[in-house]
Amino acid sequence: MKSAVIVFPASNCDRDAQTALAKITGRDPLMVWHEETELPQVDFVVIPGGFSYGDYLRSGAIAARSPIVQDIVKKAKNGLPVAGFCNGFQILTESGLLPGALMRNKGLKFVCRPQKLKIANSDSMFTKAYGDETDVTYPIAHFDGNYYADDATISQLEKSGRVLFRYVDNPNGSMKDIAGICNEAGNVLGMMPHPERAVDPLHGGTDGIKLFKSVLESFR
Amino acid sequence: MSTDIKITPEIVAEHGLSEDEYKTIKKRLGRTPNINELGLFSVMWSEHCSYKSSRRHLKKLLTEGDKVIQGPGENAGVIDIGDGDAIVFKMESHNHPSYIEPYQGAATGVGGIMRDVFTMGARPIALMNALRFGEPDHPKTKTLVAGVVHGIGGYGNCVGVPTVGGETNFHSGYNGNILVNAMCVGLARQDKVFYSAAKGVGNPIFYVGSKTGRDGIHGATMASAEFDDDSDEKRPTVQVGDPFTEKLLIEACMELMATDAIIAIQDMGAAGLTSSSIEMADKGGVGVEMNLDMVPQRSSGMTPYEMMLSESQERMLMVLKPGKEQLAYDIFNKWDLDVAEVGRTTKTGRLVLTHKGETVCDIPIAPLGDDAPNLDRPYTAPPKLKPLEHNEMQDPDKRGSSYNSALKAILSSPDICSKRWIWEQYDRTVMGDTVDSSQSGGDAAIVRIHGTNKAVAISTDCTPRYCAADPFEGGKQAVAETWRNLTCTGAVPIAITDCLNFGNPERPEIMGQFVYAIEGMDEACRALDYPVVSGNVSLYNETNGVAIPPTPAIGGVGLISDLNKFQTIEGAKEGDSLILIGNTQGWLGASLYARIILGFGKDGTPDHAPPPVDLEMEKKNGDYVRRLIRDRRVNAVHDLSDGGLAVAAVEMAFASGLGFKLMNRSENPDHAWLFGEDQGRYLLAVEENSVNPVISTAHNLGLTAIMVGTVGGDRLSAESGFDIALSDAHMVYENWLPDFMAS
Repeated sequence: MKSAVIVFPASNCDRDAQTALAKITGRDPLMVWHEETELPQVDFVVIPGGFSYGDYLRSGAIAARSPIVQDIVKKAKNGLPVAGFCNGFQILTESGLLPGALMRNKGLKFVCRPQKLKIANSDSMFTKAYGDETDVTYPIAHFDGNYYADDATISQLEKSGRVLFRYVDNPNGSMKDIAGICNEAGNVLGMMPHPERAVDPLHGGTDGIKLFKSVLESFR
Repeated sequence: MSTDIKITPEIVAEHGLSEDEYKTIKKRLGRTPNINELGLFSVMWSEHCSYKSSRRHLKKLLTEGDKVIQGPGENAGVIDIGDGDAIVFKMESHNHPSYIEPYQGAATGVGGIMRDVFTMGARPIALMNALRFGEPDHPKTKTLVAGVVHGIGGYGNCVGVPTVGGETNFHSGYNGNILVNAMCVGLARQDKVFYSAAKGVGNPIFYVGSKTGRDGIHGATMASAEFDDDSDEKRPTVQVGDPFTEKLLIEACMELMATDAIIAIQDMGAAGLTSSSIEMADKGGVGVEMNLDMVPQRSSGMTPYEMMLSESQERMLMVLKPGKEQLAYDIFNKWDLDVAEVGRTTKTGRLVLTHKGETVCDIPIAPLGDDAPNLDRPYTAPPKLKPLEHNEMQDPDKRGSSYNSALKAILSSPDICSKRWIWEQYDRTVMGDTVDSSQSGGDAAIVRIHGTNKAVAISTDCTPRYCAADPFEGGKQAVAETWRNLTCTGAVPIAITDCLNFGNPERPEIMGQFVYAIEGMDEACRALDYPVVSGNVSLYNETNGVAIPPTPAIGGVGLISDLNKFQTIEGAKEGDSLILIGNTQGWLGASLYARIILGFGKDGTPDHAPPPVDLEMEKKNGDYVRRLIRDRRVNAVHDLSDGGLAVAAVEMAFASGLGFKLMNRSENPDHAWLFGEDQGRYLLAVEENSVNPVISTAHNLGLTAIMVGTVGGDRLSAESGFDIALSDAHMVYENWLPDFMAS
């Protein structure tokens, strides 16, 4: 599987994503600079965490309008698998690929902790390798992770099984404890927790490995 | 301010220059300086930049060792961690600005220390901090805690460098002057370390980063005077940070550093363009000519004086090899940063500045360094206090209280309680190499060297209670405690950075604290072969004549060369035995128990002598613990510090989720056994079959090692002492800080 990681000027989890993808897919991902207008031919794209363009205006708002994200939107609509973690999730909601918005945490503080999650649906290209396993822990580290959408959207997400991850002990006020969702077609994932920081027993545990394995299996 | 301002004695005094200093300037120039030149001398000779009160004493410190690549005198210290890798690190204060404007003060403190590190070619891989606030009841404390923590997180989180550890104290001595000390650790290749000496004549000087604005003018001078009731009016001298620009600056500098374009590089910190250009020229033995019209400016109509003294953040000055100019333009343009060629190195040895076609400054550079005041300030020896003798009225039961209440009071005291409210606001896991951080409650942070099986251990420490009671012993103890904390991970301690926070050095008793603390530190450095490679001095931490307790904060760095053999506070198992390494006399003087339970020193005045550190035993005990970790004899390690054996055992229990039973294995009364703060001690959790070998080997080495209890169950109990549920203890430990911040 060929993968790519998008690098904005203030991405700061780009290396975390790079390390995780290299380790699990066995191939170094392409690191794609934000000024590129066209995504190279790849099977999977990660929009990493960080502060993209300093997160001025709103988190992810400027990045969502960058040339590379325009191309990602186009290709994602044609089925390209895309995952956005943390700031990547914010960029995906700002770009319209995923519904809803991420507001300031309810406690009005940045929060970084190992976060217990429930896999709410393991019948997705991002979670299938988890099988019956429902309890995972990934690190979280964000200020704007409070997921909000209108009632119709929430009920749509719930009904169609598009909520893939939920928080146990909601850390940020997200509606319905939503930690991660996918789009209708199931090829775009956005989540605030960092599975890419949970691929190493010495650092954050190994619960994130199966997320990447799930994607990898889709290309076998 | 135009160049033709007449220099009056009032203007000289406003610049913080003494009459003697002004005479020296006139003599070396052979004329009266103009206002720009006066401004330059003023900042370069400020306490902050010239170290005029501290220089002669800092010279005493051990700064050399096998692993030292660069000691004090550069932007940061550099040590050898093998395989061609180098660790670059430094700690620095941002006390005065943080008190006036906590968010920006703390944020720019973090930004500044990161620049000191990446200036030298090192990518920052970890941030630490050491914070001291006033007593919780003080009306400003809560706001300051919130602002400082938010600022540290706001900057570090955005740049994407994990904040992995630190320490926080509350004490009335900091009511008027909080301390914000930030430390950065970076990783470089030994053959790609960059220095600040501007060698060669005719080489282009480049300005990169943010534009220069009117912020922070005279920040260095502010940091060289004490506060009074009007200090809030100094807000305009506090700089404003932009972590986004810092992130860009790191990446752009790293990209240029990967080429061979740079001769010298220096960040613009205190005294901005002035100190960066002068220090680079002075170290390289060259002159500098700069055209200030070329300096990227945020506001129109800035004068040379403002440009030279601005402390706008996120700026760097570089001397490039001729012919590499375009490369620099390309890289910095790619990262959307300002970049401008502002001058050349010359052979004149002079700093010549032009502005709008006029020469606005023309001074010889050498006198700024050579003639910088080097004061031998008078000092008095700190008074020696008596030890606190044991007596039965120190026992909680006899005081009409109980051991359970005493333990709870200590666990919920501001200095001991969980600092989760603070460290959860810091991204500790970005960069993917944090092996251990504040989260575990352990002794030192552990950060892996990316892509390798080795790691650095990092710890910041100082016990202001001890330093206030005896600056010499306190200085010694601060160094020894970092060494001990690094040892707890299995790391070999290599070197330290120091951040020396004191009051007004013009008072002989404060100067005495400074001199004795340094001598204590030095004794520990030499005994432990643990040199100082970088540091910072912050004086005048004083408001209306009331000084802070002497606070020499120490940041220690050690190497774990094999990540298959390290240890943390976590990992004690049901049925493990607890072994105490080191001698216990039950030392209660200047202890947390004496302060919280016995009420000594509550008003900030020390009453009794602090525990002395026996450096010979310190070394032997530590070397033995490291050997046990290497031989995988232990499941968990924790040093004994604030709160003694009781608190160490409780913290280890919190980390494993298992209770314990302790017994009193000494002649001392229970309260002294449990809460005494004798130094050089470690608590180990070992499996039952390791108890005898661990103890007998220790005895063969002449060390004290005794079994003091067992791990297991869900209660924390000490023979004829406390007995409470682990969950109850954990609740009081976790709740104090969030409750305080929400109150």
